[in-house]
Amino acid sequence: MRKLGAVVATGVVLALALAAWTRQPVAPAQGGGTISGKVKFTGAKPAMPKIDMSEEPKCKAKYQGVPTDEAVVVNANGTLANVFVYVKSGLPASYTAPAPAGPVTLDQDGCRYHPHVLGIQVGQALAIKNSDGILHNIKAKAKANRPFNISQPTVMTSTKTFDKPEVMVALECNVHGWMHAWLGVLPHSFFGVSGGDGSFTLKGLPPGTYTIEAWHETYGTQTATVTVAGSETKTADFSFAGK
Amino acid sequence: MISALLLLALRAAPFPIPHSPFPVQDTVKGKAVYVKWCAGCHGDGGAGDGAAAAYMLPRPRNFTGGLYKIRTTASGQLPTDADLERAIDEGLPGSAMPGWKGRLSQAERRDVRAYIKTFSSFFADTSQHVVALKFSSPPGGGTSVAALKVGRQFYDSIGCRKCHGDQGRGDGPSAPTLKDDADFPIFAADLHQNWRFRGGGSVEDIYRRLRTGLDGTPMPSFADLIDQKFLTDEELWRLAQYVRSLSPKTAPEVRDVVHAPQIPGTVPVSPDDSAWSRVARSWFPLVGQVIHKSRWFAPAVAGVWVQALHDGKTLALRVSWDDRTESPDTAWLKFEQRILETVAGDDSAPGPKAEPWPDQLAVEFPSHLPQGMERPYFLMGAATDPVYQWRWTSRPRRAFAGLARGIERFDTLPGAPAGEATYERGEWRLVLTRALATSDTANEVQLEAGRAIPMAFFAWDGSSGEHGSRMAVSTWYFLALDRPTPPGVFISPVLAMLATLGLGLVVVRRAQRRGAVPSHRNV
Repeated sequence: MRKLGAVVATGVVLALALAAWTRQPVAPAQGGGTISGKVKFTGAKPAMPKIDMSEEPKCKAKYQGVPTDEAVVVNANGTLANVFVYVKSGLPASYTAPAPAGPVTLDQDGCRYHPHVLGIQVGQALAIKNSDGILHNIKAKAKANRPFNISQPTVMTSTKTFDKPEVMVALECNVHGWMHAWLGVLPHSFFGVSGGDGSFTLKGLPPGTYTIEAWHETYGTQTATVTVAGSETKTADFSFAGK
Repeated sequence: MISALLLLALRAAPFPIPHSPFPVQDTVKGKAVYVKWCAGCHGDGGAGDGAAAAYMLPRPRNFTGGLYKIRTTASGQLPTDADLERAIDEGLPGSAMPGWKGRLSQAERRDVRAYIKTFSSFFADTSQHVVALKFSSPPGGGTSVAALKVGRQFYDSIGCRKCHGDQGRGDGPSAPTLKDDADFPIFAADLHQNWRFRGGGSVEDIYRRLRTGLDGTPMPSFADLIDQKFLTDEELWRLAQYVRSLSPKTAPEVRDVVHAPQIPGTVPVSPDDSAWSRVARSWFPLVGQVIHKSRWFAPAVAGVWVQALHDGKTLALRVSWDDRTESPDTAWLKFEQRILETVAGDDSAPGPKAEPWPDQLAVEFPSHLPQGMERPYFLMGAATDPVYQWRWTSRPRRAFAGLARGIERFDTLPGAPAGEATYERGEWRLVLTRALATSDTANEVQLEAGRAIPMAFFAWDGSSGEHGSRMAVSTWYFLALDRPTPPGVFISPVLAMLATLGLGLVVVRRAQRRGAVPSHRNV
């Protein structure tokens, strides 16, 4: 019996080693190319509805004024925040990237998600944190991945992973109907979110011609084609117009 | 070590499936069953968009996402075959989905289950682990005060009341904002009506829903809370037991007759008078009014509880029903709008626009007690054969009476019942009182003891867009005003018993006397 166990154990170890070896990722070229740019915003800046948090005094107390919806956040310099920019296609079919060991954190603080838009790699841990200490449910309305809907009635962190690429997974809290976040799940690390200055950067790209997509929850998507070689930096700007 | 490795091996590759003793599930035959019986609601492509779907709330299941409410698997996981089998066999209470056990053969049900699974690619994806969770057994003492107190404590601490409300009637502060994954409006369950729970109303069913959540709805899984030691498995059971305790011990049976006992003194006029706690209540289910335009397919009031008393001069009728809102309530206006946009009416309906309608209730009688079984048309009478109705509205808060001559015409009468109503945490309690005999014998029903008085109910929830013909209706039932029991009823059995006793004694005496005298025998 013990012999059998040893044989099985050896077999399993060998199989696992083989699996690990064949899945050896192609590491992005050290340095590599960079695509960066800004997301401009033109036209009328829409007024965002105010969020009434009077049902949740703990959250309400975290704001000076009245918090507003984050469906459109236009920065002071006229750029658009919360745009998810990523490599949609152009990577070689054989290209794979290992999921980083560290998690991506989504925090529920002040009855809002931080960040509002985020990216994650397939297999990477999403740490969902409740800093509010009041009931939030977090529902991932995934389509390509299996969805989930879990409860967090206290200060706690839950961890979830996603098996398949999906742009975007809608995250929401049903206790607080205004709470929305958007998660892009990709098989690589070439994604970014436009920040407070409207800029984004995709680093470490292998040489090639890429389709870059910029996604915004209200204004939809735009694409650009960019070719990078060596360690050069290329610019790709996007512009969304208010309606 | 060996067992751990075996476990690993098991996880990596399941054993080859042995030959099933059952015939192979046939998706071709399953399709034929589906097209005939299911597609009308669930749609040809299984997207939950059949011809009848637009009239339903909740909408029929969309099979394409492989997302199911009632499962024994973890949040977001596919259901097991047994889960699907249960839904097909038993149906989903409180929705339009009937049970098919008596209507389709076992083979048909099995085939259609196989076919339904073809609508979502997830079922064919071998990386999906469909594993039924292991559920513990309920701890004892579930109905004790201490157990229910623990359950209630967690009801509060894990935030159930946010949607289900303080008393569990689905009226929590977040309730008017709720929507399902397809953005249709969805009600937080009324926890006082467990016989309408989609996945069953037993304490085991409730516990399972707490563990698994209801996928596609706002109801999350609470399983992680056990892993994170926020509560114990036993405490989750206590919560399930508390939720179970909110509903009656057994699902209400619909009886034809409401008995109004006669009481000494005068009838209670307040809905919260303690006298009502000693009177049996009867449940009358209501359904949407789908006969006349404009029709209404999504009634908000599932039924009414009715109690009745009289004192020889006056009848008091207590009607209570669950309603998430004290309409009109501006907090629910957006919800009402979403309901009107979701539930199709018919061609005659005006464009859907939410308005601050009040809540309403009507109690209907024939204007004269019928001699035989002939009764007026239950749905508000007819032009030539009117019905006498008591009507009550939440705003303005008043009760009045009149003659209905069909759905469109209501003529108010000068005489009105007295009405007193209380709204509290998702429940209306209304007492209507009126003299048994009135002077307007031409129009107002004269309530006589010992007669079967036909009675029907109608309810409107203003915040669900209900008004006019958009309402919930019952069929005819009966009200019986009981006569005080004549003394003879109590005395005659006693007299009979005494007579029997006396006769018995005589017989025994005689027998004893005979036994005492030595019998003569011929030697």
